[in-house]
Amino acid sequence: MADDVSLDQMHDRHAATVAARRHFLTRFVIYGLLVIFAAIYLVPLLVVVLNSFRDQQEIARNGLISLPRSFRLEAWGQAWSTYCIGGTCEGMQRNFYNSLKMTIPATIISTVVGAMNGYILSKWRFKGSEALFTCMLLGVFIPGQISLMPWAFILGNLGLSNSTYGLIVIHVIQGISFTTLFCRNYYVSIPDDLIKAARIDGAGFWRIFRKIILPLSSPILIVTVIWQFTGIWNEYLFGVVFTSGQQQPITAALVALTASGTNVRAYDVMSAAVLIGALPPLLIYLFGGKYFVRGLTQGAIK
Amino acid sequence: MSNHDLILSTPAVARPWRERLGSAMPLLVLGPSLLASFVYVFVFTGWTLYISLSNSSLLPTYGFVGLDNYASLWANRRWNIAYNNLFLFSGFYIVGSMTVGLLLAILIDQRVRGEAVWRTIFLYPLAVSFIVTGTVWSWLYNPTDGIQAMVRGLGWTNFSFALASDRRYAIYAVIITGVWQSSGFAMALFLAGLRSVDSDLIKAAQIDGASTFRIYRKVLLPTIAPIFLAVAVIQIQFAIKTFDLVAALTKGGPGISTTFPAIYVYDLMFQRGQIGEGAAAAIMMLAALAVVLVPYSFWVVWRRRKEAGHG
Repeated sequence: MADDVSLDQMHDRHAATVAARRHFLTRFVIYGLLVIFAAIYLVPLLVVVLNSFRDQQEIARNGLISLPRSFRLEAWGQAWSTYCIGGTCEGMQRNFYNSLKMTIPATIISTVVGAMNGYILSKWRFKGSEALFTCMLLGVFIPGQISLMPWAFILGNLGLSNSTYGLIVIHVIQGISFTTLFCRNYYVSIPDDLIKAARIDGAGFWRIFRKIILPLSSPILIVTVIWQFTGIWNEYLFGVVFTSGQQQPITAALVALTASGTNVRAYDVMSAAVLIGALPPLLIYLFGGKYFVRGLTQGAIK
Repeated sequence: MSNHDLILSTPAVARPWRERLGSAMPLLVLGPSLLASFVYVFVFTGWTLYISLSNSSLLPTYGFVGLDNYASLWANRRWNIAYNNLFLFSGFYIVGSMTVGLLLAILIDQRVRGEAVWRTIFLYPLAVSFIVTGTVWSWLYNPTDGIQAMVRGLGWTNFSFALASDRRYAIYAVIITGVWQSSGFAMALFLAGLRSVDSDLIKAAQIDGASTFRIYRKVLLPTIAPIFLAVAVIQIQFAIKTFDLVAALTKGGPGISTTFPAIYVYDLMFQRGQIGEGAAAAIMMLAALAVVLVPYSFWVVWRRRKEAGHG
């Protein structure tokens, strides 16, 4: 009897160690793979960050991917304010400001318009409003190349070619489809009864928006603002087509900077410049990651 | 829905202007956006379509030449390279980023520690622009400064990795960078899908003694099949619109080996002053998008109806 038990126990114990070993092995494989992939994703970023602090001569000698043997901050200052791109030696600062001057107003305007549109298309529907909404959605899919010629003509006639204001106009009109889509799909989930009750109490269009819709809107407004900001900041096609030189947003300036082929490639300055261009959306991503991902998945699934 | 009656059933008797303004307010506010969207979607497309049928060269002119621009477009070797590149890129890009994305999603789904950290790492490339990604990867591909130089420095002096500077392989450099940039996106969608599967289904399979591998193959993956299609469709859209990535990474070169349709449009319109043919190429891009998106949207609507019918 006693023997039986101990035999059983031994059996159990053996099975347990086998299971534990297998468990350990799968965990090892899972974390191993995750670490490998994380390295693949992080190394390019690490390389750029390190090179922005390395000495140019050291980079030329040891290549881009090697452990730093020097530390200096000069490249950042050069990239920001003194490095020469195509004859002007002002670094990226002007282009950085151009991008801000373009992105902030375009983000705010397109988000406000999208919120109003979404509110109307979900809570003040009228005959044909669904069809109109579908038409607006088509704007999401139209490739920028289709609109290049018309925009060139319109901006020319408005006297807005080669200016940040022209780019604001483009990004607002182009962004409306997206912002309307986001907000409309969010507002649909707010119960209609709330609106009905407010109307019976005599509240009108604006009052309902201010008192009921707006207080419930912060999640979707954050998602929309993040989506628009990163999208517009990172945009390149319109920037390079419709502006030049000192008017260029930072994406276009980065391409001009890295293409300007002097004898020695100033990797240190270029690394700092790339990081200056990448920093605003990266910071937004790090601090608003949850909303960033929500925007991605919502924008994708609908 | 019930808002309909509230607006439309207002009696036709004279009302104070304030009230009338109030009921017209939604349309007044929506109007400008509707107009702008209408112009953007239909007028701009029609305009570009018309230019593509005209003899425009440096400036838009409106002499009608029928399909001449399309004929010379398809006769152009460079356009054919662009077109082949698009197919090659789309195929590898979609399969590559979906494979990596699915693998990462499944790994993260194994109740790993620090899930948020892993996710943040795999998704950050999506926050930065293709310009930044393309620029940095062009450095890594550079044979004298990048990956090749590093490996040679470690002692493998015969090691060769010069994808981006070899016209036969440069397209694969674009593909690798594209996959690197966007597999995190596929991961996010797959992970959201895996998490939304009914946990009773998984429990039932576990009680039946199915292994983790089998549960994924037989239960989880079939359930999230629609997500595969959604990811593929979005990736194809990206691929057709690819411009920034190539502009920053290879500039279409070496030679013309990594030309893409979007690059071709830009070049014809703004570098060579052949607006008519450039517009024709832009219309072909739109057509490619329509070929993918129109059937997909019909399928989505059909599926929603079916689900609503069952519900």
